[in-house]
Amino acid sequence: MFTAALLAILVTMGLALARAALGPTVFDRILALNMFGTKTVLLIAVIGFITHRPDFLDLGLVYALLNFIGVIAVLRFSRFGHFADPEDEEEAD
Amino acid sequence: METALDIASWLFLLTGSLFAVVGGIGLLRLPDFYARIHGGGITDTMGAGLVLVGLTFQAGDWLVVFKLVMILFFLLLTSPTSAHALSKSAMAHGIRPLLAEEEEESSPS
Repeated sequence: MFTAALLAILVTMGLALARAALGPTVFDRILALNMFGTKTVLLIAVIGFITHRPDFLDLGLVYALLNFIGVIAVLRFSRFGHFADPEDEEEAD
Repeated sequence: METALDIASWLFLLTGSLFAVVGGIGLLRLPDFYARIHGGGITDTMGAGLVLVGLTFQAGDWLVVFKLVMILFFLLLTSPTSAHALSKSAMAHGIRPLLAEEEEESSPS
């Protein structure tokens, strides 16, 4: 049962990578990367159950948050060109 | 009791895997960027939710159940936020959705 879920999640990650390679715009690639990250969280949880190590769930939790922050950071960088807040541009000295 | 838990977790894991694969196929085959966000959203909500619920039936300890619920909670909070931020950035960048009028103009039938 876990191997079936593992294979399905791996297939989904492969499909997300295909979209990341194909996507005509950069936003398609960011979307595929976000999906890859959430599937990685599921993969970590399933592997934790397969190997009888419940500590993997902590890793999954941390990676879920990291993935979210990473996607928001990439979006901010692709829109503004830097990571600072947009209000800081008026205070140039 | 064990077999009932096993059957329940089989059901949830298989359904969640099916939703994940369907969402992945949708990500590849849908024609527009804004439609592909829906493909990603299917995997994040139904796929992840059902797989994680199916895993809770196999957990031996309440702490593991709590951790799985926390993972699901964070995924359900953050994936709509990322989808919204993504579509807002794409709209600000100038990407427009594919509307029905454009398709009718391109393929008169």
